[in-house]
Amino acid sequence: MADQSMSEPNRRDFLLLATGAAGAVAAGGAVWPLISQMMPDASTIAAGAPVEVDLAPIGEGKAITLKWRGKPIFVRHRTKAEIESSRKEDSLITIDPEADSKRVKSFEGKAQDQWIVVYGSCTHLGCVPTSFAGDFGGWYCPCHGSHYDNAGRIRRGPAPKNLFIPDYAFLSGSKIRIG
Amino acid sequence: MAEHHSSYVPSTGIERWLDARLPIIRLMHDSAVSYPVPRNLNYFWTFGAILMFMLVAQLVTGIVLAMHYTPHVDFAFNSVESIMRDVNYGWLLRYMHANGASMFFIAVYVHIARGMYYGSYKAPREVLWILGVVIFLLMMATAFMGYVLPWGQMSFWGATVITNLFSAVPVVGEAIVTWLWGGYSVDNPTLNRFFSLHYLLPFMIFGVVILHVWALHHVGQNNPAGVEVKNVAKDTMPFTPFATVKDLFAMVVFMIFFAWFVFYQPNFLGHADNYIPADPLKTPAHIVPEWYFLPFYGILRAIPDKLGGVIAMFASIAVLAFLPWLDTSKVKSGRYRPTFRIFFWIFVVVTILLGYTGSQPTDKVVLSLGGRTILDMVGFAQILTVMYFAYFFVALPLLGLFEKPKAVPASIADSVLGDSAAAHK
Repeated sequence: MADQSMSEPNRRDFLLLATGAAGAVAAGGAVWPLISQMMPDASTIAAGAPVEVDLAPIGEGKAITLKWRGKPIFVRHRTKAEIESSRKEDSLITIDPEADSKRVKSFEGKAQDQWIVVYGSCTHLGCVPTSFAGDFGGWYCPCHGSHYDNAGRIRRGPAPKNLFIPDYAFLSGSKIRIG
Repeated sequence: MAEHHSSYVPSTGIERWLDARLPIIRLMHDSAVSYPVPRNLNYFWTFGAILMFMLVAQLVTGIVLAMHYTPHVDFAFNSVESIMRDVNYGWLLRYMHANGASMFFIAVYVHIARGMYYGSYKAPREVLWILGVVIFLLMMATAFMGYVLPWGQMSFWGATVITNLFSAVPVVGEAIVTWLWGGYSVDNPTLNRFFSLHYLLPFMIFGVVILHVWALHHVGQNNPAGVEVKNVAKDTMPFTPFATVKDLFAMVVFMIFFAWFVFYQPNFLGHADNYIPADPLKTPAHIVPEWYFLPFYGILRAIPDKLGGVIAMFASIAVLAFLPWLDTSKVKSGRYRPTFRIFFWIFVVVTILLGYTGSQPTDKVVLSLGGRTILDMVGFAQILTVMYFAYFFVALPLLGLFEKPKAVPASIADSVLGDSAAAHK
């Protein structure tokens, strides 16, 4: 009798397993709302809707900072010399290799090399880098000493990635939509 | 003292009635009156009581501050200012709470260092020690979230940097950070939940403290001699009045120290930048955490790799939990371990220097020769980080094998009375 109950699962074993499994699913289902409530809510997502930015007032060699989704975004109008120097150094990028041409977008088939649009948020721990600073003419993060070049590529310091490029597209030669 | 028998005798009818139904007075009597403490405890053993006092002080001041604080990005900073200016004694309560956090950490660091010097983590106190590490972690989380609440510049950027630590986790890092924030950046949802958790965690600390004290009373206190109680009559004293009065005296002295900060230097341990309202578009030129996090922050910055830095920082705290097994020496107390003692003090100095590196700009020059930089702050922190971990993974395991300890006294009574006790045997 004892041997039989050990070797062959009986109805009671089945009920125990089924009840346990149902209980685990129910517990998971009950916990999920408690976790999910911490994710961005509807109003936060709505406030993060796309924005349009007029580029016309940003002169060559100048940059603006705008706030989107609670973070700064840098829009930088590079000079010819800056573009050239950045492209020449393509082969020197070692931390997060990426060609300068991959850091810009195009409009109607024409590359907009002069416009760099990046999150103003250091990829190390999220501080706002200082514009036109650092050893590579781009940005310098004061928190832990990351240097970025004028294409927002990390050149030296603890940051692991180039400055992130938000989703954006040219609506015209002088207007972009972010998001 | 698992074998410690209850000596409580209910003296009145009401006490007898209650004792038969809920022996709570018996529990208090056994743990705080008749409980035997080693007779050789020094003043380092009063920091447990000081910490208990600090926990209660933080709870009391925190609960009343929450009556006046508004956890919203538009009002938080101003509500803290109104506590300072408008609320009756608001300045006192806030300064007590803010400086109280620092005092709490001063006391806990002395408490931890005492445990490390006298080998309090060794068998049979491993669980007691690990519970202490858990309390320390909860304290750090609580202090971090509390520092965010005034919503000044350091609050905001501290919250940004610390939450971004989790973005170093491969694959799911960014998702975790978004979940922690409740948005695309540190913002109102973040502040709101930090307030909720800042209120919750101290009660969790309280819960773990009860387990910590339970474990302590089960295995008995360690002591400066590091030998276990062998004869309760000879080796111990009753908790009350001996430990009670000594703890109270130490608490009063500590409170004088605490009061000096509150009344004379209330902002000495803080940062002026935190009196500037949070600005998500501008990072202060030099951000540093509160002093009690500096050694760990120094380790974070020493590692040039993001994930590596985060792992090293968490490891520097987690390694404490493994101390009971990393220290191979049979002798508990540093008093009888001449070589260990040297390494212990080097470790203390290394930790303090790591804190110093954490407080300085990364590119600051430490050592230069003829205008050439030989060592900058990051390089210095790297050397110190190696030394920090070497204490745990090299010094402690090897010392137990090679060190020749001094003779350990036969009993606590012997260590106190010396030869006279031996003569009376």
